[in-house]
Amino acid sequence: MLRDITLGQYYQTDSVIHRLDPRVKLVTTLCYLISLFIVDHWIGYVIAGLFLLLVIKLSKVPFKFMVRGMRAIVFLLVIAVVFNLFLTPGEGEPLVAFWKLTIYKEGVRLAAFMAVRLVFLIMGSSVMTLTTTPNNLTDAIEKLLGPLKALKVPVHEIAMMMSIALRFIPILLEETDKIMKAQIARGADFESGNLIKKAKSLVPLLVPLFISAFRRANDLAMAMEARCYHGGEHRTKMKPLIYQKRDMIAYGMVVGYLAVCVVCGKVLW
Amino acid sequence: MSIILDHVSHIYESGTAMEFAALKDINLVIPDGQFIGLIGHTGSGKSTLVQHLNGLLKPTDGNIYYKGADIHDHDFDKKELRSKVGLVFQYPEHQLFEIDVFTDVCFGPKNLGLSKKETELRAYAALKQVGLEDDYFYQSPFDLSGGQKRRVAIAGVLAMKPEVLILDEPTAGLDPKGRDEILDQVAKLRRETGITVILVSHSMEDVAKYVDRIIVMNKGQIFLDHEPKEVFRHYKELENIGLAAPQVTYIMQALKAKGLPVDMDITTVEEAKTAILKALGR
Repeated sequence: MLRDITLGQYYQTDSVIHRLDPRVKLVTTLCYLISLFIVDHWIGYVIAGLFLLLVIKLSKVPFKFMVRGMRAIVFLLVIAVVFNLFLTPGEGEPLVAFWKLTIYKEGVRLAAFMAVRLVFLIMGSSVMTLTTTPNNLTDAIEKLLGPLKALKVPVHEIAMMMSIALRFIPILLEETDKIMKAQIARGADFESGNLIKKAKSLVPLLVPLFISAFRRANDLAMAMEARCYHGGEHRTKMKPLIYQKRDMIAYGMVVGYLAVCVVCGKVLW
Repeated sequence: MSIILDHVSHIYESGTAMEFAALKDINLVIPDGQFIGLIGHTGSGKSTLVQHLNGLLKPTDGNIYYKGADIHDHDFDKKELRSKVGLVFQYPEHQLFEIDVFTDVCFGPKNLGLSKKETELRAYAALKQVGLEDDYFYQSPFDLSGGQKRRVAIAGVLAMKPEVLILDEPTAGLDPKGRDEILDQVAKLRRETGITVILVSHSMEDVAKYVDRIIVMNKGQIFLDHEPKEVFRHYKELENIGLAAPQVTYIMQALKAKGLPVDMDITTVEEAKTAILKALGR
């Protein structure tokens, strides 16, 4: 029932992208997102699109997984496009004008760019989450935010909380599925009725779910204490992050990509 | 003929890398009034199988009939089916949510659209059937002990007056006393009402004493389907699939190997005692 959520879901396979250091993937994703907002010419988007396609191809993740993640943002996408289309002021003759609505050339351009940006943005970050385990990702965040420790930011604790939260998403989804089935077996109905009735019908689902979440949190805290867990200083890792040759090559490619984006913008604009 | 499964298969996550065939071509007839033990190792497909019996899961292939009607026909009343085939999940106490025990047990019959009076009568009867004292009725279900919580959860299903009661690992996580109490309670219930009971378990020991038929599952297929003593004769094969016969079977085997002419068709400790005494000529 709840299997369609791809955000934060890892797709297990063996590819160059999977083997990359998570720091590389995180930095690349950030750079990619920034690049989407600095280019403002269609050539730039073609380059961004090609780059994304190449990475998806290399990652060996089936394309339909990326598209599945898109379903969640269709609504947002439609709103962004509609607003940009109608509310962008332009010079010269409007392309379409009826009642109080007018569409200018600038509006069409901006709406199209916005749509492409959003699609690339979601796909780009999906590639990262699909090819990186949550644990690796939080490791990368911890490493990259390391310098903030000097400012007394509890980097390790934040990373730990993130990895626990991410780890619990599939568990709680499974639990929801189980409780839902158990209540359906007792004649509960989660689908029919108006909004108020539907909201009420969630009580038999939410109460056990909350209790179970607290129980699990409690058990986990107990298990961590029993192992004398304390975060921060002097903790070593079983698999420390070490840059390999391929990571350096990847960094080089990202720098190259950014350079091409900037140069294209300068030359053609 | 209460429930019939005809070439039922179920594949999880079909078409992805996580594809997994949980059930492969299952054919079963579950007649009215039988007490069945469904045994299998973890991941053998027994939980998936029982979720098909009340229509929670739809087979990816094959058909399921309840009293002659295909339960996935579009005009079949699923809610009616779920009241007739009561399924108690593993750790059912995790699904309790109401402010007190009695209200929680009322949830099932209330969902069937029964009157308040009928609902409460059924809840009361169900709580009595699982042997819960009146003192607990208006306590929060979360204040009860593990065994008591489980009884409340089972009562929650019984209150819908099912004709078939399925219990998925009803004794998981209980101590031996709690385990015996629950199983004895179920056996008594069956004696009194004559309903069909399917007891899912991975322990032969648990079910040997009670059931008339044992279905052994392995890797999504039915491995054995006989009366208990026949199943236990295959104890070597059971070991190969990670299960075991009850301890008495092994004792009888050892006695026979030592030359004592005991009767091998026993399933419980009491029967073993009689058989040994008989073999010793006392």
